Amino acid sequence: MEMDYFLTDDQKALRDLARKIAEEKIRPVAAQYDRDGTFPWDIVKVFAEAGLFGIVIPEEYGGLGMGVLELAIVTEELSKACGGITLALAASALGTFPILLSANEEQQKRYLPDLAEGKYLAAFGLTEPNAGSDAGSMRTRAVRDCDDYILNGSKIFITNGGAAHLYTIIAVTDPTKGSRGTTAFIVQDDYPGFKVGKHEDKMGIRASATNEIIFEDCRVPVANRIGSEGQGFLVAMKTLDKSRPGVASQALGIAQGAFDLALDYAKHRFQFGHPIMNLQAIQFMLADMATSIEAARALLYQTARHIDAGNKDISRYSAMSKLMASDVAMKVTTDAVQIFGGYGYMRDYPIEKYMRDAKITQIYEGTNQIQRLVIGNTLIKG
Amino acid sequence: MDHLLTEQQLEVKHVIREFAEKEIRPTVAERDEKSQFPTEIIKQIADLGFMGVNTPEELGGAGMDTVTYAIVIEELSRVDPSVGVIVSVNNSLVCYPIQKFGTPDQHARYLKPLAEGKLLGAFCLTEPGVGSDAAGLTTSAVKDGDDYILTGEKAFITNGLMSDTYIIMARTDKAQKTKGISAFMVDATMPGFKRGPNEKKMGIRSSDCCMIILEECRVPAKNMLGKEGDGFKVAMTALDSGRIGIAAQAIGLAQGALEEAVKYSKIREQFGQAIAEFQATQFKLADMEMMTEAARLLNYSAARRKDSGQRFSHEAAMAKLYASDIVMKVAMEAVQIHGGNGYLKDFPVERMLRDAKVTEIYEGTSEIQRTIIARNLLNA
Repeated sequence: MEMDYFLTDDQKALRDLARKIAEEKIRPVAAQYDRDGTFPWDIVKVFAEAGLFGIVIPEEYGGLGMGVLELAIVTEELSKACGGITLALAASALGTFPILLSANEEQQKRYLPDLAEGKYLAAFGLTEPNAGSDAGSMRTRAVRDCDDYILNGSKIFITNGGAAHLYTIIAVTDPTKGSRGTTAFIVQDDYPGFKVGKHEDKMGIRASATNEIIFEDCRVPVANRIGSEGQGFLVAMKTLDKSRPGVASQALGIAQGAFDLALDYAKHRFQFGHPIMNLQAIQFMLADMATSIEAARALLYQTARHIDAGNKDISRYSAMSKLMASDVAMKVTTDAVQIFGGYGYMRDYPIEKYMRDAKITQIYEGTNQIQRLVIGNTLIKG
Repeated sequence: MDHLLTEQQLEVKHVIREFAEKEIRPTVAERDEKSQFPTEIIKQIADLGFMGVNTPEELGGAGMDTVTYAIVIEELSRVDPSVGVIVSVNNSLVCYPIQKFGTPDQHARYLKPLAEGKLLGAFCLTEPGVGSDAAGLTTSAVKDGDDYILTGEKAFITNGLMSDTYIIMARTDKAQKTKGISAFMVDATMPGFKRGPNEKKMGIRSSDCCMIILEECRVPAKNMLGKEGDGFKVAMTALDSGRIGIAAQAIGLAQGALEEAVKYSKIREQFGQAIAEFQATQFKLADMEMMTEAARLLNYSAARRKDSGQRFSHEAAMAKLYASDIVMKVAMEAVQIHGGNGYLKDFPVERMLRDAKVTEIYEGTSEIQRTIIARNLLNA
């Protein structure tokens, strides 16, 4: 029996819907997308039709008006089948959060209904070649010119880069002020001077588009500035506080998906005259995997509830949920490959992909080293 | 660290390191991407005389000790573990058991050309339904006049597509378990010998791996290695020596990943300084270095024990288990130190992590090594 997390009927219905999409639409094509590294537009359409792009968007803007918990549940279910394809949805949510959390009413009216409908995708642009964990040392410049800002620079490792229409970009408006000199903008891909750069060839999550985004005198209307000048870093941090449970749920889904496959394999693989499940070594591995997954899920769901309840201090728990779930995903997927033995190393079996997909969850949206720093800092402050 | 290596061992280390940098490194990423066998590189290694490191000189080998063999595999794998495993299989799993169990005729026909690198060898124990439970293998060998007729399938055979000679374990007596298994030297040209397609693997993609299908394959009785019923002993002897090779492969790979991590941490700046300045990075590097050194010393001590003529099964199992476990950790941390760049095919650590995983699986999974170690302790 599954652990009872006291989900409401609505939450359960949403979970079942996501589970159905994962099994019927995603699982059959996951290996193909992983091999080809192409963008899963047909699945994006399925997400849009199911209304999944609107989970966290208020009902008045055409969304489902739900919260971080519901987004986490859906991301987890979808990631069980493929952590890469799911990112089209999760990264769009990441790009939507700054608009949802920090944009003015006019901006929300202009963009949220289309985003909720899945008419186009969003992406979030913070990382630069020399500003990864150190987001405060970014160089992309935004210079005011009458009613516009002119952006120059480049952002790397942008998930949904090239696929998205809308990009929330953090750029430097005052180089003398470090992270307090940054500002957030909503940039459309049809603005002049917007370019898609290098397409990255990755170890895993290969169905997800990761691209460089280049701004060459890219003209962005002042009306597209989120908040006031100097608030860019704040907008980014508020976004990441809310989005990290998304990475946690992706990691959790990858872990659960790998565990399910490993358990099934252990029950059906015979060695020494019986299923390997009968071997204590395999049982202990599976027991540890199941325990760590459940602990990560409990922490994630509780963190999501803590956020959805409107609590202010969410950084610590958001970071904890991401740190724990991604470490669990790495360990569980590695052990799942081990349980499959030689078959686990072969691309004909689905399990090696889970291990390749899992690794990124320890790296993006703040490496796990950054999560530890975030947690450490909140502990120092008390 | 001073590993108390002899002049000759140091010289070999130097030669192979230079060779690997010059001849192997330039093509490693492309061969990984295209899953391409390093034919030319293996030829060059054969010319250097390292396809039979431990094989006596009069039998075509280099006549060197096992520590030197470990050094060769380490240095090759530091740059490309696919090359490391190809050479290791030929040395440990093919040349060594033929040297131990072969007749003078077999030494002349097979060992000499294999050690000289004129032939390439593969070792066939695993079957689709039989991995860790090797004693349960079902490939059959039935005596027919002066021949044996072999029927069955062998899975995950490293060097499977490129080899000339295959040591194949098959069952000659269904009534017995381990004692009903015999070893045969089979040529790829023998009738009824077939190869499956190259497996698509997570890592070590430049080394090939395929299924070997035996359809009433006729093998002369004079190609039996050891006596009838010796097959399991032949296989275990080969694997004992192979484990020193795989440990060396893992250690070399760990060394390579560690060097990449050190290099990157010195040039990558965040928060106004090289990330090498951060304690969190330094502690990772310190642990990686310590684990790699400990694995290397454990493996050298297993190799020295083998060279002293004592039983070394226990030590080889520990060396293989430890080295493969730590290379996973080292490669994982090397990727982590590289951050987002570590996830991209533009940096070698991405491949290194994929390459590392197999060392915990082949030539006896980590679980089998633990079983061997525990059994030795309990039966002592």
